[in-house]
Amino acid sequence: MDTVYEGDIRYRQYLSAQGKATAELPAWAKDPEWLTLCYRNMVLARALDSKAIALQRTGQLGTYASLLGSEAVDVPAGLLMRPEDVLIPYYRNHACQMLRGMPMEEILLYWGGDERGNASAQQRQDFPNCVPIATQSMHACGVATAIKMRNEKRVAVTFCGDGATSKGDFLEGLNVAGAWQLPVVFVVNNNQWAISVPRALQNGAPTLAQKAIGAGIRGEQVDGNDVIAVREAFELALERARDGKGPSLIEAISYRLSDHTTADDATRYRDNEELKKAWELEPVKRLRTFLHSQGWWDETQETAWQEEVNTMVQTATERYLATPAQPIESIFDHLFAELPKQLHEQRDWAMVKAMKGGTHHDS
Amino acid sequence: MTHEAITMVEAVNLALAHEMEHDENVVILGEDVGTNGGVFRATAGLKDRFGNRRVMDTPLAEAMIGGLTVGMASQGLKPVAEIQFMGFIFPALEHIICHAARLRNRTRGRLTCPMVLRAPFGGGIHAPEHHSESTETLLAHIPGLRVVIPSSPARAYGLLLSAIRDPDPVIFLEPKRIYRASKQPVPDNGAALPLDTCFTLREGSDITLVSWGAMVKETLEAAEQLAEEGISCEVIDVATISPLDMDTILASVAKTGRCAIVHEASRNLGVGAEITANLCEKALMDLQAPPVRITGYDTVMPYYRLENHFMPNTADIKDAVRQTLEFV
Repeated sequence: MDTVYEGDIRYRQYLSAQGKATAELPAWAKDPEWLTLCYRNMVLARALDSKAIALQRTGQLGTYASLLGSEAVDVPAGLLMRPEDVLIPYYRNHACQMLRGMPMEEILLYWGGDERGNASAQQRQDFPNCVPIATQSMHACGVATAIKMRNEKRVAVTFCGDGATSKGDFLEGLNVAGAWQLPVVFVVNNNQWAISVPRALQNGAPTLAQKAIGAGIRGEQVDGNDVIAVREAFELALERARDGKGPSLIEAISYRLSDHTTADDATRYRDNEELKKAWELEPVKRLRTFLHSQGWWDETQETAWQEEVNTMVQTATERYLATPAQPIESIFDHLFAELPKQLHEQRDWAMVKAMKGGTHHDS
Repeated sequence: MTHEAITMVEAVNLALAHEMEHDENVVILGEDVGTNGGVFRATAGLKDRFGNRRVMDTPLAEAMIGGLTVGMASQGLKPVAEIQFMGFIFPALEHIICHAARLRNRTRGRLTCPMVLRAPFGGGIHAPEHHSESTETLLAHIPGLRVVIPSSPARAYGLLLSAIRDPDPVIFLEPKRIYRASKQPVPDNGAALPLDTCFTLREGSDITLVSWGAMVKETLEAAEQLAEEGISCEVIDVATISPLDMDTILASVAKTGRCAIVHEASRNLGVGAEITANLCEKALMDLQAPPVRITGYDTVMPYYRLENHFMPNTADIKDAVRQTLEFV
């Protein structure tokens, strides 16, 4: 028999867990500017994350999906995408959203149970957080189809977790992206856990990136705790998509250092030893060690930045907490462009019921 | 100016072509909609006329068609997607229910979903399994969607124009039994018909017959035959089953005092149940008899040898009307 196809999946890494170069660094990584910017934002994202969890624990925020451990996947994406690109996120992309201009108080507003957290003007055409797993991969293909039809130099970027790659929707997205060579980048943030189901029980293949091969698109694996590797992979994928060279799949190997959400308790299913080992690989410390070793960051800067970050997060929190709920009629007012006459009566009932001392309709 | 009489499926094609001609954002996607022109030929000739950038044969994946449509609509396109048969719409429902119907609301109007999802539905053409169901009530229950069902070539043309021009998602269900059952002249003048509104097809004074889709044919036949017996039926084509225009039905029942609802879909929680509930809430004093439903059974849609037993027929409607009129 003849071999009709052979494929391989490459793994990209530049920084070891100890923050030391494991390969010749790209030229841009010899300049402190981008890497320190990236680091600052990773610290900011982590501070926002801690605050969100604290707010949830004290009853001031709803169920929240932590991004702890995803900072090196999310922050480079947010820095590298152009404003005119479109982010089609899952529910663990707050850092990317923040870097695309969404104010932190609006991110908190979303997790605080308010649709206005999906309505930030700064989000432009970005999609709101996608809660039904993997469905966003096809929305990204739809966005990319529109971009391609209009010959625009924009890219649709979509994220999902490792769990989402088990879904048909993810594969249908890859499939059409390959068939039509769409300007889309799929990022799988493989944080090793789909709530309580570990990566090993999700799929029999050694990598998730190789799903790209079946769709006829580029796929690669990257150390998702290494911002240099993530930037290299992401930049290449963005550039190719923008130049009409088709879609890419990036599997970023990270680790979910948090629970799945604040409603989850990972101690029920996850070995603490595994978590401890994962902390040794974590991305923020790794980058800080590297920056220290290059003389680009020191303790004084660290202390000053931590203070600044805390102030920023505190200010955002105060703004979030001071935002009053929307009026009840808002649940009708955005259902259609114009509320059908059939719903006017219910809208009136809802407003009366919501008034102080109000009662339900005509009962 | 005279116009050639055309079938409903030709009227669908005419409306699609009209909107594509007048709005470059209108695009078509679905399985076999391009070169093949759709399995019922609803999109015949459109790829040749507008090119494969605007008439797209998709891979065979209904969830993907649903998802792609949402993404395209969010970019300001007006995609008109075809699901080949309503029996295969289910993988796409997550996109319709969780995304298309909610995108405007979730983003407080920042993103919208001006899309149409067309699907042929209903029984009566001796089709394979899964090709004959009437599951419109599943979609009618979803806030944020419009569900529109034409019952004639002219209404298919006018309502489809409105559906495409509407800034929100519309599910457009085409009763395939009457795709080619009759012809009528349909001027291609771009004149739309209103959504969210019933059409009164026949005036009468003894009873209001309410129906939609293919069953309008039997309902009109029953009205015609009952007239010979001296029974005067008002016939209403609901057309948009959600949001439901109860005002027209209530005004009619205020006049006739009786109501029969005819639908091919199963009885349990069908749209007939919603109409009946509304009559109980708002027209109790007008009613001289309980509203009656003439519907499909609460069974699996039978394979085609028995499908005619499942679907209501003209005699069923006439019997129900006579019984209702005898109620004292």
